[in-house]
Parts: sequence; structure tokens; C-alpha cells
Amino acid sequence: MAARNKLAITGGRVIDPAQGIDRVADVLIWNGKIEQVTGMSNGKTPDGYERIDASGLIVSPGFVDLHTHLRDPGQEWKETIATGTQAAARGGFTTVCAMPNTDPVQDTASVIDDVMRRAEADGVVRVLPIGAISVGQKGKRLAPMGELADAGVIGFSDDGNPVSDANLMRQALAYSVDLGLPIINHAEDKQLVAGGMMNAGPVATRLGLAGVAAEAETTMVTRDLQLAELTGARLHIPHISTVGSIMALRSAKERGINATAEVTPHHLTLTDEWVYGQQGEVPESVGPGSYDTNTKVNPPLRSRADVEALIEALSERLIDIIATDHAPHAATDKICTYNEAAHGINVLETAFSSIFTLVDLDSAGLSLVRLIESLTAGPAAILGRDLGTLNNGFSADVTLIDPEMKWTVDPEGLASKSVNTPLAGIELTGRVVATIYRGMTVFDLRAHG
Amino acid sequence: MMADPRRHLLDLDDLDASEIEGLLNSAEGMLEIAGRDIRKTPALRGKTIITLFFENSTRTRVSFEQAGKILGADVINVAASTSSVSKGESLLNTVKTLEAMQIDALVVRHPHSGAPYFIANHTDAAVVNAGDGTHAHPTQSLLDLFTVRKHLGDLAGKKVAIVGDILYSRVARSDIVAFQKMGAEVVVSCPNTLLPDEWKPGTTLGKETGFENLKIARNVDEAVEGADVVMALRIQQERQEAGHLPSLREYSNRWGINARRMAMANVGALLMHPGPMNEGIEIASDVAHGVQSVIEEQVRNGVAVRMAVLYALCAPGRSSRNGA
Repeated sequence: MAARNKLAITGGRVIDPAQGIDRVADVLIWNGKIEQVTGMSNGKTPDGYERIDASGLIVSPGFVDLHTHLRDPGQEWKETIATGTQAAARGGFTTVCAMPNTDPVQDTASVIDDVMRRAEADGVVRVLPIGAISVGQKGKRLAPMGELADAGVIGFSDDGNPVSDANLMRQALAYSVDLGLPIINHAEDKQLVAGGMMNAGPVATRLGLAGVAAEAETTMVTRDLQLAELTGARLHIPHISTVGSIMALRSAKERGINATAEVTPHHLTLTDEWVYGQQGEVPESVGPGSYDTNTKVNPPLRSRADVEALIEALSERLIDIIATDHAPHAATDKICTYNEAAHGINVLETAFSSIFTLVDLDSAGLSLVRLIESLTAGPAAILGRDLGTLNNGFSADVTLIDPEMKWTVDPEGLASKSVNTPLAGIELTGRVVATIYRGMTVFDLRAHG
Repeated sequence: MMADPRRHLLDLDDLDASEIEGLLNSAEGMLEIAGRDIRKTPALRGKTIITLFFENSTRTRVSFEQAGKILGADVINVAASTSSVSKGESLLNTVKTLEAMQIDALVVRHPHSGAPYFIANHTDAAVVNAGDGTHAHPTQSLLDLFTVRKHLGDLAGKKVAIVGDILYSRVARSDIVAFQKMGAEVVVSCPNTLLPDEWKPGTTLGKETGFENLKIARNVDEAVEGADVVMALRIQQERQEAGHLPSLREYSNRWGINARRMAMANVGALLMHPGPMNEGIEIASDVAHGVQSVIEEQVRNGVAVRMAVLYALCAPGRSSRNGA
């Protein structure tokens, strides 16, 4: 299904990193495909085209998210394919990759078929499923990875859980070589976590919350990179969050290991000081707003040094992409003590704006072009699909951003079924104002308000 | 006493020294009342206090109950293990249910750090933290200050050594804050496995740790040397099971407070313990019951301090319920 109409997005600043485009131009769409990126029409609508005036806006390829929890099937009270893809559209994402920690787990072709069929019917953007590494994500024996690949998964992950057994991880990597799909291992040594709930350090000590040492991630990232080297497989590291993991990744890439990595918007923007509930400020005393359960996420929000290193690694392309790890949870999963709270942050709708606002792009050396690349061409390259660029003939997936627009995050106003964001009440600058998927407008702020 | 009445007592980090002094002064009067033959005043008559304990406790719960009853309040004890919580009711709904019964104060002990803060966000009643997870135990610290002040007077410049399970101890956290606020020099000692990662033996902590000027001793002898107060903390059997300690025997040998170590402290130094004690492990029996020990006095003073706290939060004209 695609729009047959002709569409002209005129006068915007087109940023398409895959083609090296960053100039004011028009994007012409026909029959759901990109027709061409042209010179300027000088504000006139080309003959026969419906016009979208993008002057003052950034025109980007539709964002691609490699790491989304749609919770469907199984936890539809948290999110559904319909609400999750609507949230994606509002965040500028035209492709989301659905993590398999559903109920039932996406570990057989029949579950994958079900998700893909319902995504086509209920989803407003593209959903690409990820298959489980192990049966039931239990870490005991391999899921039918070949069958899953044939059914259309774009990679394998037990996300939510690590593959703790090093030998099973080795077998998964080796087996995947033949399939040409990445293994995405949630890197976390559960023994080192030992009941920890937030990043180890002064904040955890002061709040009396059990800390998770950065090494719980770093040691497993290091292990996985070595096993990728051993097997020659493709390893994709999700939600990388520590200085140590970055060092291991750098060393591995220098050795030519076939590894990529993603970082989340929250790990780029929020430190563990946000657990105090004072928008990142360190209060004189622990107060009623402290123990903000909306900051509980796995891996945990890290130290300032980690955040700075992540931004730098993203800007220098050591970290390949941004992925959201959008993890919606019901209110009852967060209105409780920090111990009881579920891990996860609702990210899709704030992803671009939070980075654009909370990271000082200029002083961090992170260019807007690189930021957009890491949301478009970067993940598309990992997927190996014709996505993430405004190339002629590619699916007409386009995101329009107003870089000046200010807005305040209102959790109740999210399209997501859940409200678990630590950014509630924060004013952000820069907002996705329209999203076009296969040539159809699937989100338009002016229409939705 | 306190210019701006507080609604809750969650920890001591948001009280200044004069506010703490005020509570201790009030506790002096309460101690006299609690020591009378007829221990009863009508100060909180008609007030309802609920002790809501999600962890087993004898001394703290009874201490609060006694404190409330001496002040004339109606005290209702809820033990979570026999309550609706064991039927799966959420903490929020438990609090809302109790709230609907028009209570004045909730005294909460909970195994999760921050639980009293969560409760305070969802109730109009005064919330008193009676120990939350590994975070804070403010009334224990108040009674520790009260006890030390009775013996040593002004705490400024006094050396306080806290020995034991620092990583998991809510008493340690609150005591460090409390004694530092009163001008004492605080030093801690324990096996390195029971220190937060960022606390290194042989250092003095900086501001970035949130525990500025706290000294981390290289060993227990260095900590107790010249101390005016030695505080031994309870060491739990489960620390051995979790691999923090080779054995309780080894802990006792290397970190236990005994006569030899008390002899290294200043003349007249006090020996304290928040209880319950593992005699023979973190504290030797002879010193636990010796002349330097004020451990039983701590328990006695606890009632007076908790009377002062409940009075400060619930007395007519102070309760948030007044006029509501």
C-alpha cells in the first residue's frame, strides 16, 4: 500500500547524509517513492504535485530505529503495534525494529509472521522484527535462527536478558555467519550486577540504592567482541553506555572485527544524577522528588564522564548509530519504590528533540548532519536495506523537523500508551512536525496539534 | 523550637544543626516524662499514629509505639507480613487505604531505599522514616547524637569511628551525616568489600562523593585510635553468603571491637551499637556490657528522641491535618 499521488516537499534544508546532501532543495515523491531531490522551485508548486511547504524546516530521511519494544503480543496494556508505531511516527521514525521479548517470544516463524501481518494492518510505519537468539530467550539453546531469518527477521537478540553462557553466545555468532544477520547481545554480566539498580557511584551511595558497576557491561562487551573475532560473525552492541565499552569497541574496530554499536538518546543526555529527580541537578538533600523511577533503565544512566565519552564516540563514528531502546511500561510499573520499578524509558517521541536540546552539539563536536546520519543512513547500513536516504526510487520515508520549535514534554500527550519518561515537564527545542511514510503523511503536528 | 514546622522526618540531611539541637533539647524533656512513675501526657491525645513495618523489628517498632503512647496518641501497629501487602496490594494502595482512615502520622520501615519518600509523595500524614533499605535511619542517628551529647557535651572536634557494614548500613549513612553536621570528625572502617566502589581506604572523601571530609581508615586500629566514640555496626550472616566476607570468624578477628581496640580509643570513649548485636562477632561481650558501653542507654534514649520527633510533627498546631 502506498500513496499514488505526487508530493513536493519544497524549500526545506534537505539533510541526507548518505548522499552527502545538505542544502535547501525540494524533495519530489511519486507513487510512494522518492522521485528526486531537485533544485529549488522558488516556492512554486511543481505542476501536478501536492505541495508541503518545508521552508524553515529540516527535511531528513525517515528515521530508522534498530531497537524498539512494541510489547505486542503479550503486554498490550503497555504498548501495541498501533500505538508504538504512532509514537514512532511522532518521533520521526518510519522504520522500527521490534525486539523479541514479547509474550510469546519472537522465537518462531509463526510469531514473526503474526507480528509482520499485524504491523502491516495496524502499524503506521514499517516494523521489522528481530528474532530471539535462544528459545524463549532463556539462554539455554539456540532458537531456529534459519527459520527466523527466512521469516524476515533483521537480526537476533535476547534483549532484556544477556546471553550469559559464553559458549551459547559463541554458537549463536558462528551460526549467524551463514545467515548474514547481526547478533545483538544485551551486554550485562548478571553476576556483577548482583542486584544493582542504578549506576554505581556517589548518587547510588547517597541514595542507598545498590549500584551496578560499569564493568558489568564492559566485561561482557569485551567478551562478545572477542567471540565475534573468533567466529568472524557480525556483532551489534545495543545501548552501549560506558567508557570501558567504548575502549573495547575502539580496540576491536582497529583489529577489523565486524562490530557495530548503538547508543540511546537517554545515555547521551542524562546522567545518574537524574535519579535525584531534580532534572540533573545535585540537591543539597535527598528530597521527595528523588528516587525518580522513570530514570530506572538497563543499562543504567551513567556518570558524566561516560556521557561525554559516548557523545564523542558517536561524533567520531566509533559508535555507529543512535537507537531508542523505547521501553514503555504501565504507570503501575513506575508508581512504586525504585527497587520495584520496571527498567525502561519511553523514548520514541522525545529521541531527536532530547539530543538536539540537551547535548550542546557545537561544543561536543557533534554535527547536526552526523546526528541525522546516526538516525538514518547509519542504522540502514546495519540493516542492509534500501532505507535511510532520499535516493531516487527508495521508499518515500521523510521526516520534517522544525529546529526552532519549543515544546514541553507532557507524558499524557504522548501517542505511546505509556508515560514513563524522566523528561516530563522539560522544555525541548526542535521538534518533528511531520512524518511521511511511503509517500503518505502519517504524522502532521499541524493536524494533530 | 522549629520555626517552620516540618511535615516529615525522612533523613537528617535536610535539617541544619540548630534544628537537630532543637529536637535533642525537646528529647531532654521527653526523657524526664518517660522516666516518671506514671508515664503519660496528653500532648498527642486524639492523634492517630500508624507504625507500618515491612521488615521485622522489635526495638524500633516498640520504641515508636511506646513514644506515641506516652504522648497519649493512639498507636496502631501494622506488620506488613500479616497485612494486605502479603495479598499483593501495592505500596501505593496500602498507603491510600490507611490515609483514608484519617491518620496523623505514618512511621515507616521498608526494605527498599526511598520508600518513605515515595509514601510522603502520596499522603497528607506526617511520614517518619524508621529505616529505609540501605539509605537512612534518622531517629537512630538522633538518639545516637542525644546519647553522645549527654556524655561528651559539645560534639565539635570529637572523633567518631564507625566500624562495620558500611555499604549496606542505613545507620552508617545517617550517622555520618548527623555527626558531621554537629561538627564531629567521622572515620569509617570495614572490609573493602563493604565499601562503596568510590570510597578508597586511606583517603578523605571530597565534595563530589556527597560525603565530604569523611575519612576512610586503612584498618580498624587506625579508625579507633584516639576516638571519642566507637560505633560497631551489625554484620549480617548474609554478607558471608554473598561473598563479601570469607567468614564471620575472620571478620571478628580483623574488624571486631574488643577490649584491646577500645583501649586504643580516648580515655572515656563511648562504645555504641544500634542493635541488635551479634555478640562475639562485631562486638566482644565483655566490652558490649563493660563500663564504656552506652548501648542500653541508646535504647532508653530512643523512646525520648522518638517522642520529640512525633511531637514535633503531630502536636496540635503542627499537624498538616489541622484545619483540613
